[in-house]
Amino acid sequence: MSTAQTRRKAPAGERVADWADGRLGIYSLAKANMRKIFPDHWSFMLGEICLYSFIIIILTGVYLTLFFHPSMNEVEYHGSYVPLQGQLMSEAFASTLDISFDVRGGLLIRQIHHWAAIIFLAGMFVHMMRVFFTGAFRKPREINWLFGFLLFVLGMFTGFTGYSLPDDLLSGTGVRFTQGAILSVPIVGTYISMFLFGGEFPGTDFVARFYSIHILLLPGIMLGLVVGHLILVFYHKHTQFAGPGRTNKNVVGMPLLPVYMAKAGGFFFLVFGFIAALAGLATINPIWVLGPYRPDQVSTGAQPDWYMGFAEGLIRAMPGWEINLWGHTLVLGVFIPLVVFGLFLGMIALYPFIESWVTGDKREHHILDRPRNAPTRTGFGVAWVTAYIIMLIGGGNDIVATHFHLSINSVTWFVRIGFFAGPVVAFIITKRICLGLQRRDKEKVLHGRESGIIKRLPHGEFIEVHEPLSQEQMYTLTAHEQYQPVEIGPTVDENGVERKVKGSEKLRAKLSESYFGEGAQIPKPTAEEYREITSGHGHH
Amino acid sequence: MSSQDIPEENLPAEQSAGHDEHGHGAVSPADDKHPFVDPGLPPHEPRIQDIDERAAKRSERSVALLFTVSMLATVAFIASFVAIPVDKSVFIFPLGRISALNFALGLTLGIALFCIGAGAVHWARTLMSDVEIADERHPIEAEPEVREKVFADFKQGAKESAIGRRKLIRNTMFGALTLVPLSGVVLLRDLGPLPEDKLRHTLWSKGKLLVNMNTNEPLRPADVAVGSLTFAKPEGLEEHDHDFQNEIAKAALMIVRIQPENIKDKRELEWSHQGIVAYSKICTHVGCPISLYEQQTHHVLCPCHQSTFDLSDGARVIFGPAGHALPQLRIGVNEEGYLEALSDFEEPVGPAFWERG
Amino acid sequence: MKKLSARRRHPLAAVVVLLLALLFSGGLYAVFAPTSKAEADETAQSLTIEEGKKLYSVGCASCHGTGGQGTSDGPSLVGVGAAAVDFQVGTGRMPAATSQGPQVPKKKNIYSQAEIDQLAAYIASLGAGPAVPTEEQYGPEGADIAKGGELFRTNCAQCHNFTGKGGALTHGKYAPTLEGVDPKHIYEAMQTGPQNMPSFPDTTLSEKNKKDIIAYLDAVNSSKSESPGGLELGGLGPVSEGLFGWIFGLGGLIAVAVWVAARTAKAKKS
Repeated sequence: MSTAQTRRKAPAGERVADWADGRLGIYSLAKANMRKIFPDHWSFMLGEICLYSFIIIILTGVYLTLFFHPSMNEVEYHGSYVPLQGQLMSEAFASTLDISFDVRGGLLIRQIHHWAAIIFLAGMFVHMMRVFFTGAFRKPREINWLFGFLLFVLGMFTGFTGYSLPDDLLSGTGVRFTQGAILSVPIVGTYISMFLFGGEFPGTDFVARFYSIHILLLPGIMLGLVVGHLILVFYHKHTQFAGPGRTNKNVVGMPLLPVYMAKAGGFFFLVFGFIAALAGLATINPIWVLGPYRPDQVSTGAQPDWYMGFAEGLIRAMPGWEINLWGHTLVLGVFIPLVVFGLFLGMIALYPFIESWVTGDKREHHILDRPRNAPTRTGFGVAWVTAYIIMLIGGGNDIVATHFHLSINSVTWFVRIGFFAGPVVAFIITKRICLGLQRRDKEKVLHGRESGIIKRLPHGEFIEVHEPLSQEQMYTLTAHEQYQPVEIGPTVDENGVERKVKGSEKLRAKLSESYFGEGAQIPKPTAEEYREITSGHGHH
Repeated sequence: MSSQDIPEENLPAEQSAGHDEHGHGAVSPADDKHPFVDPGLPPHEPRIQDIDERAAKRSERSVALLFTVSMLATVAFIASFVAIPVDKSVFIFPLGRISALNFALGLTLGIALFCIGAGAVHWARTLMSDVEIADERHPIEAEPEVREKVFADFKQGAKESAIGRRKLIRNTMFGALTLVPLSGVVLLRDLGPLPEDKLRHTLWSKGKLLVNMNTNEPLRPADVAVGSLTFAKPEGLEEHDHDFQNEIAKAALMIVRIQPENIKDKRELEWSHQGIVAYSKICTHVGCPISLYEQQTHHVLCPCHQSTFDLSDGARVIFGPAGHALPQLRIGVNEEGYLEALSDFEEPVGPAFWERG
Repeated sequence: MKKLSARRRHPLAAVVVLLLALLFSGGLYAVFAPTSKAEADETAQSLTIEEGKKLYSVGCASCHGTGGQGTSDGPSLVGVGAAAVDFQVGTGRMPAATSQGPQVPKKKNIYSQAEIDQLAAYIASLGAGPAVPTEEQYGPEGADIAKGGELFRTNCAQCHNFTGKGGALTHGKYAPTLEGVDPKHIYEAMQTGPQNMPSFPDTTLSEKNKKDIIAYLDAVNSSKSESPGGLELGGLGPVSEGLFGWIFGLGGLIAVAVWVAARTAKAKKS
């Protein structure tokens, strides 16, 4: 290795690698990671969809900055889109028209950028739900859960600032809403609004300001978070579903080189190609039909992009409460939705910490839960998603009304009631379904699978033949852990002195009881139960 | 919290692994005592491509074909870019009349990229080894000795810095670090002016004519028919004006005519002219231009959040999230017979805010 | 019969029965549903008020009163003008069904244009009102499309959407889509303000303004208007874009992901 002769003979690739290793120490990095194992499951690729659409957004976004003018100077349009010729508009809007009609391929890149953004946010939502329902957020991954959550929230605001940039009539209406919402903030609202917009709405500053937020500030933070998110995924190693040979102490799958690299690398091209084709086939945000923004014009169907739709729903469903006291106005009708928006998102972000407090479990978890085996968590998640979807419906209540021939007032009332009742009902139903599925799993383990074959016994009785499960299946169905509810310890110590039971302790015991107490989970089959049944006569 | 910690024995026991971590195939068969033990990784089963060289060759050819298609698609992309004019439109069922260039570029780029991905994945799925490998995990947290060492090092470092002993240094340093970001905050001051009473006034004032948005002509009472809807701006405000956007955002006006006997609100009638009423077009909820006027019910709906106001009853809120009625502009007729404002709005237009009162 | 009973256990039998049932119920609906019955009186030859009056007393008088003075079931027609009649009858809104929802919908027109003209002449004779516009008034010649767009966004888009796809109003009422609506009817609607739509008389929205608006609609919302970016997705904005992005965008990508992660077929099984 160290003799000059062998060095000269080494192929060029090796020499380059040696050179790099001498400066970067890449070999020790590669040693740990080149054959790193990744388990294969389609739901583990949701995060990749997000990562790749994020990269696509950055690539296309850089291209768009080459042509976009983030300026609100009023110009008269004389480009090639006839129905707007001679109209006054901001340079931002005019340059977006130029990108769409005069730059070859500009329209395609714009549409890829926007479609990728829609898919990025949708992908993050589904990815987050996958992580939630399988319990992948448990120790040691709580911080990565928060990274992901932050990415989702920042993604929402990056999207919002992005679709506001063209200064079209639809996005301008959204910006106007934002300004109105800021005004509702007690005490400092008017000041924030004046500072953000450089004076009164709309002013001549917000496009340029949103631009630097959209292309620099937020994506910069997001890029950092994405890198951190990925490093942690590598460091923790991926979770896996329970199965034969898959334990909490190993990870089973394919090595990074070559299989995973080919699949993940290939998947990037698949995602990019898919979105490019989508952008060639379907319009998104045709700003030319929306027209330039004017604060005295509006169109019906004024909605934000889908990821802001749930906030829109909150705003639409809220009754118009307003309190006037001592010469001041508290605009509850706008401010409450603003607060609920934050609380509602915060609830899901903090859930991992609540659950780990209730279970008191401080061990690492690398085996994923099947949602049915954590009925309370699954119920909570479905309740959250239900409220989210009901608010999405609320955000599009006018479109719902016209397309299903309903009254917009009834849709709004449905949303108002549904926001409170829906999650409760969803929680109860989901929990019951989970318990039912747990029971079925238990049945299967103890009695085998229903084969569909009917047999007539010699004495005339008909029975269905149950096929016993394979060892693999049996293990998979019984691999999950079951907690016991936490109890409040003895309130009197050995010396007979009464100990004060803290409120938090009581709350925890209560929560724990509802998570793992009687009726909250079906005890998994024990070896004794199994022996008793299998040593009996036949299986039915 | 420590009193609430749950003892280890209360947590569920982990499933006993009855086999060697790396082993393939069933290691320990289930017995009566442990009917559900982990049988270990199942043995690897070969794919068709693993045992049949002809199948493997077929896979190879498919992968190569996909990569070739990608190359052709890139050539087609460049050819379309050069050949198709940017403003050419074609009719393609069911997409409609679309831009030929956008369609061609999107499709060729899509195919070029997708085929690379499909080729790579097909290669990985059929020709690369699919033997599953088990890799060990190690606990994330450090061994106790490491922990001790880190704490000892930290203590040593802290002691050497004397930060604990020389409190004056510590306190002034914290003070300096706390104060220094204030410069940054102060720098933000010039982002915009102070609110003062900017949100309270509009361009309207006594004697300003109501100018029709559509025709740019001042309005006469006779122009405004019962059941019609007209939008107006204050005389002197032109679209080319530098501050047009800011001013119209507050001054935009919605004019309707209601039979005076149908006006329920006394003040509304007083401020109207022969049933012609002028209301702010800016919603009091969050400022959308509200103007979905139903001429039979006299209701006006906001397209953004569905606040509904009754224009025949002082524009009070009858549905939705708006908190107060639309401000009305007092109007009259000047000597030449044109509609004019008799004053500015008496209250701030648009969304409510803290200082509104 | 034997053949039938043998075949009724065929896997497709249920489908066939379902199709037959659908056909039957559809046929029943077609028989009983209210349809255009009033056949045109083909002998009508001259545009006379008399003829119009006859038609009126048959088709309209029950609600609008024998002299057009209006009843509790329908408003007075004195002074609405010929344009209102041409719009209401020409778009099939009138005569309306006896039990209406929140709004009288557009439906198939049951009168010939000649009959509508007779009706219009009769109503116009009851009191002065806007006349039916001529092709010169609503035709696209000499119109400024861009100005029309600005006017449309100021006066119309709030209810009818950016490109005239329609939108919701209060309590089940709605602004209908303007796609495929005869330019003449659009002009008449602006003039007369049918149902809950406010009117935009010539005094506030000039004839030229109306012409511009119609030309703009023709450019952005007709069979020949372009959608350069591809599939228009209903022109409804972010709601339909979001749905499309979720179902086809993310849905398609998940399908791809399933393929990428799926096990390759094993040799043993084949």
